[in-house]
Parts: sequence; structure tokens; C-alpha cells
Amino acid sequence: MTQRTTDITVGLFMLAGLAALLFLALQVSGLSPKSAQSTYTIYADFNDTGGITPRGRVSMAGVTVGSIDSITLNKETFQARVAMSIHGDVDNIPADSAAVIRTSGLLGEQYIDISIGGEMDSLKPGDTFYSTQSAMNIERLISNFASGK
Amino acid sequence: MIDRIASFGRSGADLIISLGRAGRFLAGVLSGVPRPATGFPLLMKQLYSVGVLSLAIIVVSGLFIGMVLGLQGYTILSDFGSEAAIGQMIALTLVRELGPVVTALLFAGRAGSALTAEIGLMKATEQLSSMEMMGVDPLRRVIAPRLWAGFIAMPVLAIIFSMVGIWGGMLVGVEWLGVFEGSYWGNMQASVDFWDDVVNGVIKSVVFGFVCAWIAVYQGYDCVPTSAGISSATTKTVVYSSLAVLGLDFVLTAVMFGNF
Amino acid sequence: MGLSSYISLKDVVFSRSGRRIFNGVSAEIPRGKITAIMGPSGSGKTTLLRLIGGQLRQDSGSVMVDGHSISELRRKELYKFREKMGMLFQSGALFTDLSVYENVAFPMRVHTKLPEDMIHDIVLMKLEAVGLRGARKLMPSELSGGMNRRVALARSIALDPELIMYDEPFAGQDPIGMGVLVKLIRDLNSSMGLTSVLVSHDVKESLSICHYACIIADGKVIGAGTPAELQDHPSEQVQQFLNGHPDGPVPFHYPSSAASEDFGLSGGVS
Repeated sequence: MTQRTTDITVGLFMLAGLAALLFLALQVSGLSPKSAQSTYTIYADFNDTGGITPRGRVSMAGVTVGSIDSITLNKETFQARVAMSIHGDVDNIPADSAAVIRTSGLLGEQYIDISIGGEMDSLKPGDTFYSTQSAMNIERLISNFASGK
Repeated sequence: MIDRIASFGRSGADLIISLGRAGRFLAGVLSGVPRPATGFPLLMKQLYSVGVLSLAIIVVSGLFIGMVLGLQGYTILSDFGSEAAIGQMIALTLVRELGPVVTALLFAGRAGSALTAEIGLMKATEQLSSMEMMGVDPLRRVIAPRLWAGFIAMPVLAIIFSMVGIWGGMLVGVEWLGVFEGSYWGNMQASVDFWDDVVNGVIKSVVFGFVCAWIAVYQGYDCVPTSAGISSATTKTVVYSSLAVLGLDFVLTAVMFGNF
Repeated sequence: MGLSSYISLKDVVFSRSGRRIFNGVSAEIPRGKITAIMGPSGSGKTTLLRLIGGQLRQDSGSVMVDGHSISELRRKELYKFREKMGMLFQSGALFTDLSVYENVAFPMRVHTKLPEDMIHDIVLMKLEAVGLRGARKLMPSELSGGMNRRVALARSIALDPELIMYDEPFAGQDPIGMGVLVKLIRDLNSSMGLTSVLVSHDVKESLSICHYACIIADGKVIGAGTPAELQDHPSEQVQQFLNGHPDGPVPFHYPSSAASEDFGLSGGVS
């Protein structure tokens, strides 16, 4: 095996590895050039965040418009403060919209859905949602149902 | 009884001494940058024998493991009506865990044992000694290219393994069992994050590659230079590498994926 | 004695795995001559070569080669110093993945920046000296044992060393192979002005070519001198070794209890 053949084969090997990495990046993890786009942060306070987690989905009308950054406890109001990154091009969320925690399917993942309001003004970076609806609590529902409310 | 305890203590001391020797060995190998003119062709030759020649077993194993994951996964997920999640199940399992770990185990068995045997044989036939007497440092000329080759080849092999596995899973899931192709890839893309999953997997395989290559090369260098010694060293390479990989995998998984 | 000794060993003590191999060995190896170091198996002859080459370090005593104390050289200096030494291992120790030509060219490629055509000429000259110029394209696995050693010899003289050490060169050689090696050792020594150190337990061949010999047994030098002087050496141990007597200071019987006990012979003593 001459040196040249060895070099060529090793080169092909490394190329194959690179190609596999690209495959994993694009086809498997959906990494796209758009992911480097700018985002802005808005906040929402919930009484009960249920099962949402950081990296969870934020959607509007069923379309994913952002993701959840962090969930922290506000020790004065005892509410959970959720920070969300919204895609830069979705910049016209009406200022009176509500952030609602929904479940996909009956037992699926929970996510935040933005319920559109009617105002002309939009939410600006750093703004907080005016109204929120906390996660649905199965136990409370059942006890409400049982007590005939 | 006292003898038993004493010998136990002695084995413990031996282990520590041998770890120390291995560490000093590693320092000797890594110190000193090789001359590009001579070092590069040596590295290429080793990359060929360690990386390219391992491709066959890696690709075949990856394919079969991907297909088995597809089959088993489908069976289990269909109980919950979530067959569509098979894509993400296969991808996450492979990219985070099976890709790096199984590749490392196969690598230790095929390339690691070959390295140990080769170096051990060079030691037994006094080739390493004669190199020393000619004023050439065998650590830099023989050992270092092999260590670096293992270190570089492993992540490449692990990535190829994952890719082939995912494709194999698709063959089984989409072509055979009828999962909708769009959901296979779509669900996968939604749940596999490049930085958190793929890159972490690559980091794992880099660590495993380093450890497996180090163990293989050290065992060869340190073996008793007889045929019995070489065969015992080869066995040790495979056993120690496998244990180290599995142990490190736990530690790395806890650090990377544990939600603390 | 100073300048005419190339290698000077003084009171060298060396132990390995608890066994004391050398217990105060002193010897002077003259410059430019063939010196044979002989002794029974296991007396540490190969170890002595390793001490001289700096692969091992003695526990105490000094090993001086060409005025330098080997054990005190630092790694880089030692490696540089070794370019002046050639060593022929018992098994030849050719690099199995390189051809004969590449094996002989190896030291030059590593230590010098000579252009390719010069290396070509030198390699062929060295191979010619050992009579194997026509075998240059073969791989070590295709050579016989004797040819292996000759190529290894060509490799060890590639850089024109000052010292060359032979580790059991005659072991396992047929008469022709033996004759070839003897001729080569002798010719190389005189034509290149080398200091040759030959380690062997083949008394006849070694004494036939060496100018000076040392016999090592039980960790000490039991006799040294020219072959003629050794033949008349008073020590019984030396005489037993040189002449191959099966019984003498080194006994034939392994220590055991009296025969009468083992064989259950009855009654009294004869």
C-alpha cells in the first residue's frame, strides 16, 4: 500500500465522517441556518406552570414561534416567572394577548400557547403578558366534577 | 488470613503504581511535537489501519443496531399509539448513548487489541529496543502516531455509526413497518438538539477514543515480551477499555444530560 | 590504561527483581579491538550491553564510554550519544513493516538530512559490505535467520559508529552462517576501526576472533585477558567454562539429599 493510496483512503474516511456529521446536524437535529436568527425575550407569570420545562415550545395558532428559556420562582408574589425567546420576525403580538399552558394531546407534553388579543400595540422586548392561564390540574378538575360544580 | 489481606493490599499498591507508570508513559508520548515531515505520514498510516479498517465492523454493527432499535421501538411504542415517535427514539438513543459507547466497545475489541498485539510483538522481537539504541525514541515514533490515530478516528467512527443506525432505523420503520416518513424525520428534528445531543455525543466519543487508545498502547508497551505476555496484554486491553468506557459513560451522561 | 580503553566499567553493581546480577564488575574494554564477554547462561551478559548502551542504569559503580558517564547523561544527550553506537540484537530485530532497503536507510533518514540519492548509495554500500546488496527489495519475513542478522548488521553500521555491540551473534547459526558472521565481524572491525564488543557463550568462535576476553560468572569477572592468557588461567571455574567440562566448580548434580534416602536403600552405609 503506497503512501499515496493510504493518504487518499484516510482522506475519504475523514470526509465520510464529516458527511455523517452534516447529516446528523441537518437531517437529524434540524439545525438550520435560520436558527441563528435573532430572538427577543418576553415574560409571563403563572400561578402553576405544571409540566413545562426550559426548551419547551411556545406557539401561536399552532405555529412554533419560540421556546421557553427559564422558569424561576418570584418569592414575593409566589408566582412562577417564565422567560421566553420569541423569533425576531414575530414582532407583532398584540399587547393584550394571553399566555396559556396547554397540553398536546391528552397525556402529551405541555407547552405555552399565545392566545391573540385585539390591541393595536405589540409586546416589546422585556414586556410581560398581562393575562395568563395556568396549567390544567387534573386533580382539581376531578374534584370539581365530583362536587358537582 | 493475614497473607490474604497483605496480598490484597499489594494488588492495590500495584494498581496505583501501574497507573502512575501509565501516566508517566502518557507524558512521554505526548511531550514533544513531532516533525511534520515524518510525523504526518506515520499518522496517516495509523489512521488507515485504525480508522479505515474498522469501518466495516462499525457500519455493519450500526446498521443492525439501528434496525433492531426500529423493530423493538415500534413494538413498544405501538402499545401507546406513539409509533410516530420512533424517529426521535432511535436518534436520541444512538446519538447520545449507543453511538459513542458501542463504537468504543467495538473499537477496543478490534483496533485496540490489534494495537496492543502489534506493539507487544515489536517489544518481544526487540524492535523497540533496537530503535532506542539507534537513538530514536520509540515513544514518539511508534507509540504517539497510534495514540493520536485512535483519538482522531473514534469520533469519526461514532458519528458514522449513528448515521448508519438512524438510516437503518428508517429502513425498518418507514419502509417495512409503515411509519410515515415525514413523522420519522419531523419528530426527530423537533427533539434532537444539535448542541445538546449531537455535540455532547461527539465529546463523549472523543473522551472514549482517548482512553481506549491510551490503554491499548500502554498495555502493548508494558507487556511481558513473550507470547503469553502479549496475549494477556491483549485481553487486558479489551477488558480495561470496556470497563473504562462504560464507567466514563455513566459519569459523562450524568454531567451532560442530568437535570441538576 | 585511560585512553586506550573505550569502555571502562568500575565496580558496577546491578540488581533486578531482587536478584543481584552484578556484584562489583570491573572491566576495561580496549579501543579499536574486538572484545568478547563470555559467561554461562543467565550471567547477565546482555544486561551488560544494556548498561553500556544506557538502556539500564546501574545501582552503583561507573560505566564510562569514551570518557562519558552513561548513567549521568540526560535523555536527549543519551539519544545523541547513541548515534555513535551500533547494536546487533540476537534476533536481528529488523522492522517488520519495512523492506531491507528501508531498514538500512532508517537511521540515516532519522538522524541526517542527506538527500535521497546519497542515502541510496550509502545503503547499497552497507548492504554490499554484508553481501546482501541484491536482497534490498525483500521484506524481513522473506529472509532467513542468518540473512536477517546480516541486514541488521548493515543497519547498525549505517551511520559509521565508533562502537558496535553484538548480542549472541553466533546463537543458532549453521557453520556457513557462522563463518560469514565471523568474517564480517573481523573485517568490519579492522576496516572501520571500530571497537567491537561481542557477547556470547560460544567459546570457540569468540576466542578465534577476539583480541581480548572477559569471563563473567556469579556477578563478577572471573577471568580477563587475551585468548592465550585465558587458556592458561589458573582458576578452575575459568578452565571448566573454556573447556566445557560437565562437572567442576559448577556441579553436575543439582543439590539434593543423599542417594540412599531417595532410593530407599536399606541397612547401613557401605
